[in-house]
Amino acid sequence: MAATITPDAVEKTVFDALPQFGVDESAITREATFEELDVDSLDLAELSQIIEDEYGVQLKGDDVGKIKTVGDAVDLVVSRAG
Amino acid sequence: MARPENATALVTGASKGIGSAIAQALAADGWLVAVNYRNDEAGAKATVDAIEQAGGRAVALAGDIANGAPDELFERAEAELGPVLALVNNAGVRADGLAIQLDDEAWDSVIATNLSAAFRMTRRAMRPMIRARYGRIVNVASVVGPRANVGQANYAAAKAGLIGMTKTVAAEVARRGVTVNAVAPGFIDTDMTKDLPDTVIEAVPARRAGTPDEVGAAVRFLASEDAGYVTGTTLFVDGGMSA
Repeated sequence: MAATITPDAVEKTVFDALPQFGVDESAITREATFEELDVDSLDLAELSQIIEDEYGVQLKGDDVGKIKTVGDAVDLVVSRAG
Repeated sequence: MARPENATALVTGASKGIGSAIAQALAADGWLVAVNYRNDEAGAKATVDAIEQAGGRAVALAGDIANGAPDELFERAEAELGPVLALVNNAGVRADGLAIQLDDEAWDSVIATNLSAAFRMTRRAMRPMIRARYGRIVNVASVVGPRANVGQANYAAAKAGLIGMTKTVAAEVARRGVTVNAVAPGFIDTDMTKDLPDTVIEAVPARRAGTPDEVGAAVRFLASEDAGYVTGTTLFVDGGMSA
């Protein structure tokens, strides 16, 4: 059963996932870019998978290519849920 | 990193020949094995029995990998055994003929099973593997592809494609502890090669056919912890044919 999608819940999921890719927790903000955080394309693919498992929202390679910041990722997932 | 508990290997086309030998070799190395087959239920059960008699654990899983999504196969393997952390894309078909006479069906069916299905299985397999930071994918290619073989343009294209796919996927996921390699059997004594003329042996420096177990041993190594730093490569098991 997919979890309920709220902006806060998605933000928590994303913030919790990023340290698995070696991101320093203190650097994670909505404004931080994935480039600054050294999150690469494979990390984003894995993040997409975590989101899909949690919320049932599928992000394609095209979608993921457009997002720049942590906040963009959260907003994209929330907008897909609607 | 040590292989996680209940790590399961899914071997496609494992009811007989090379696939069956691979399944048995992996089971002997401690993998739980999902023995996939398309039609030959008796062969798959015989493979499972051989594994269990040797003290291993396996289940037979029916499913045509060229038709249908791989999800169901993976879910059944995971439910009955454990997380699929090794995938061996072994299932393969032949439909030979000179290129000038090869019809679309013969081309498409060989590409569909030997290459496209292997890609879809690989894509599905990588999801849990990258999360687990552990995985082994072994694609059963062939000396045909790297080398010419008259009458097998479709098969050669599929197997060469498999080697190309192996290299790129290996580079994509290497930093997650997932290795992707190929084995390239030469002339191996199986049902699939029994109609070939004896003169084929003359092209083999070893002057004999290989055995399915010799291919199984190569896959067992590539799937082992010892091979953790081996990725993107193709291990030829061909008695020197490609030398």
